[in-house]
Amino acid sequence: MKAFTPFESRMVPMPMNNIDTDQIIPARFLKTTSKEGLDKQLFCDWRYDSDGNPKPDFILNTARGQNAQVLLAGDNFGCGSSREHAPWALTQFGFRAVISTSFADIFKGNALKNSLLPIVVSHDIHTKLLALPEDAKVKIDLASQTMTLPDGTRVEFPVDAFAKTCLLEGVDELGWILKRAPAIGAFEKTRVGSINTLA
Amino acid sequence: MSGNPKTLSQKVSDAHIVHEEPGAPSLIYIDLHLVHEVTSPQAFQGLRDRGLKVRRPDLTIATTDHSIPTTDRSLPIVDPIAANQVAQLEKNCQEFGIRNFGVHSEHQGIVHVIGPELGLTQPGMTVVCGDSHTATHGAVGALAFGIGTSEVENVLATQCLLQRPSKTFRVNVTGSLKPGISAKDIILALIAQIGIGGGTGCVLEYTGSAISALDMEGRMTVCNMSIEGGARAGMIAPDDTTFNYLHGREFAPKGAEWDAAVARWRKLPTDAGAKFDREVTINGDALEPMITWGTNPGMGIPITAAIPEPSSVSDPLERDALTKALKYMDLQPGKPLAGHPVDVVFIGSCTNSRITDLRIAAALLKGRKVNPKVRVMVVPGSMEVKRQAIAEGLPEIFRAAGCDYREPGCSMCIAMNGDQLQPGQYSVSTSNRNFEGRQGKGGRTFLASPLTAAASAITGVVTDVRTLL
Repeated sequence: MKAFTPFESRMVPMPMNNIDTDQIIPARFLKTTSKEGLDKQLFCDWRYDSDGNPKPDFILNTARGQNAQVLLAGDNFGCGSSREHAPWALTQFGFRAVISTSFADIFKGNALKNSLLPIVVSHDIHTKLLALPEDAKVKIDLASQTMTLPDGTRVEFPVDAFAKTCLLEGVDELGWILKRAPAIGAFEKTRVGSINTLA
Repeated sequence: MSGNPKTLSQKVSDAHIVHEEPGAPSLIYIDLHLVHEVTSPQAFQGLRDRGLKVRRPDLTIATTDHSIPTTDRSLPIVDPIAANQVAQLEKNCQEFGIRNFGVHSEHQGIVHVIGPELGLTQPGMTVVCGDSHTATHGAVGALAFGIGTSEVENVLATQCLLQRPSKTFRVNVTGSLKPGISAKDIILALIAQIGIGGGTGCVLEYTGSAISALDMEGRMTVCNMSIEGGARAGMIAPDDTTFNYLHGREFAPKGAEWDAAVARWRKLPTDAGAKFDREVTINGDALEPMITWGTNPGMGIPITAAIPEPSSVSDPLERDALTKALKYMDLQPGKPLAGHPVDVVFIGSCTNSRITDLRIAAALLKGRKVNPKVRVMVVPGSMEVKRQAIAEGLPEIFRAAGCDYREPGCSMCIAMNGDQLQPGQYSVSTSNRNFEGRQGKGGRTFLASPLTAAASAITGVVTDVRTLL
């Protein structure tokens, strides 16, 4: 995982509530055994018609959808399944952050493990962001947990302290957990040993 | 008992804390890790890349459910990508020493059906699976989370999960359900009430007389859809119904160990005086059959009600969501859903594919015929459900009524295996998600109970089952 660095980007607005993981990447693409090659399947059924041609009015197919690193979505983004293919597809397309008024729990956890920053803002800020001109850019700085709007307004956003450290250092949780192996071993000694007799 | 009164979920969570330190989430131990073919291959590859083993293969169980056909199991899988995924799970399980109830196992089935059925999931356990419907296992009083593939890898390697504390949310279902109303109607009513993000950050605990009166499989239906209300997990306190269900199951404790386990399990229910962060009450006496009309599970209405008018909603994004859902579903607001023609009926999924669900549907279909315009698919949740159904003569009832009775798997709930709606088709489904395209690109899903599904299969239109009882 690469360390998460500050960046500035235009936003791709998708002002819809409850965008679920079946829209982010439909289930028929989950038969893959790889993490790669999912960018073309991102929002597939909104993005392409039944012949596989791009739908010209879908935002990712417009100039605004190109080379932007921030998705500005409606409330409860990422609801539905636990598929980590959702953040894989979003990051492979080029997104580094998603801004919303709230996120579904599993998606949020999955995103943080894949260098995709879920940024929760208030309704007022959300409305203000949606009203910005197309070419407006926001600056996102994880270290200070701030987003800077074109007019200089600085918006603070919450991030779990542990996830923040992992993102800034570009490390994952597993290394940290593995270092706690002695504690895990000690805990296991207090437990009975197999499924047949557990709990 | 010492200390502050605790809820069921707090007791289970606290008993599994391996390690705590400032600035980090709690490291909690996982008693049972369920694995399936879709969300695990990248996790096993991660282990290989790091040269790691599975820490506790004895606490890890795999099965194949999402990608496999529900047709004749003696035939090879036609879809090469699905076949590869299934083969990959078999290879991974062999390499890492994990028990795999694979395609040809007598224990194969939907992961959330076989866990409780085999007595693998027990009260007081922590259970995870790379699948959002893992909350199902909360029906036995386990704390069960759906996790992503990175966490699948973490648990394979360490048997642990990093967890921030959840909020506690009590759902009290009072009274008793009237004929024609079932567990599915409880959970659809709850999600319609709190919304699909209403339980975010929470573990739900279902209590009250209408919950206590449910059999275990009804409780599983309720807990299963906790995620559709946004919750991390859903639980029901273990009681005699739970113990009677688990007793004698293959992986349940036996003999003196059983007695000791039951004694421990009896201490799990929420203490008197324990505080929940949030509570809601649902009047079970007043519940009607519920059905969804829209494109998320919160868009549910009593079957006697009209489809809501977007103009009645003040929030602009919510109003847009209703308008978009009505357009996708090609429905008119202000009209009842009852009477709407149906192309497909699907009875199955980790929500409603257990023997009780099949019995309920078969009882209504016995001696009747399904409407010839409707394709009716009945998909048992596991090989064990299939065997039990045969013992009870249920396949004959389904087939005589004109249903397509199939082999166990997730099937048309997630439409990964070729079982899918055609664009524009309407289904009444006992599954858990009605998102756009969930049951096939362009397909339109009405979520409902097995009774409502069977009733609609008979009439060919969305039907209030109470008119057929």
